Amino acid sequence: MSRATVRIPTPLRTFTGGAGEVPVEAATVGEVLRVLGESHAGLAERILDGEGRLRNFVNVFVNDRNVRVLEGLESAVPDGAVINIVPAVAGGKP
Amino acid sequence: MTCPTIAPQPAGTDLHLAAELRHELAAWAELGHPHETCGLLVGRAGEGRVEVVRVAQAKNLNRERASDRYELDPADFLAADRAARADGLEIVGFWHSHPDCPARPSTRDLEAAWEGYSYLIVGVTAAGETDFHSWRLYGDRFREEKVLPEQARPTAAALRFENPLKEERAS
Repeated sequence: MSRATVRIPTPLRTFTGGAGEVPVEAATVGEVLRVLGESHAGLAERILDGEGRLRNFVNVFVNDRNVRVLEGLESAVPDGAVINIVPAVAGGKP
Repeated sequence: MTCPTIAPQPAGTDLHLAAELRHELAAWAELGHPHETCGLLVGRAGEGRVEVVRVAQAKNLNRERASDRYELDPADFLAADRAARADGLEIVGFWHSHPDCPARPSTRDLEAAWEGYSYLIVGVTAAGETDFHSWRLYGDRFREEKVLPEQARPTAAALRFENPLKEERAS
């Protein structure tokens, strides 16, 4: 079990009472999101789809590394890690 | 060229963007033309009001189709987020350019958008900015938010008029 800090992007702070950072204790990214969801109703649904996978256009970074290139939700959370929930910002002209 | 887009509806927010920041975005969009350019809006978000304090450029990771697609480098998001938090600010939205197309969101812009951010689009040609609109997602559609202060397209004359150094010298 590691202590980590989750940085909450502005649009999701409605679920954290305005807090920009939430401390969690968890061993994997999946656990971090589960713990977050238990303490902040509605937050997990914005990050995970109905089957518990990361939504499109949502990325999670552990110490600036995208978990999609690590081990996804199984990625380990080192003690003292900073976890960022980051929108995938994309698009383009018609 | 046809540029089909989504019909606009008003959003319940105003985006406050100082003229010099707006000019900065227009200049970046023009310099990047014919490619799409993108970046972040940093400031403060409140009830019905978003204030942009500074703007940042980001790398477009989509190099193969840079003329009609953009994918903002998440490393630039993380760097801007870190700097914003250190200054008591937050990332309040994003900007990107539509080279040779109006500043209205496309279906691809819609797919990736999150509720709660401002998505500012700069329409630009080789001759400079053509239009400038900001959008927010509500459910499955974008609504247009008012950009304040309202102003006409920036011109060299307007830039000279707003130059504070000139006023200091005059007084």
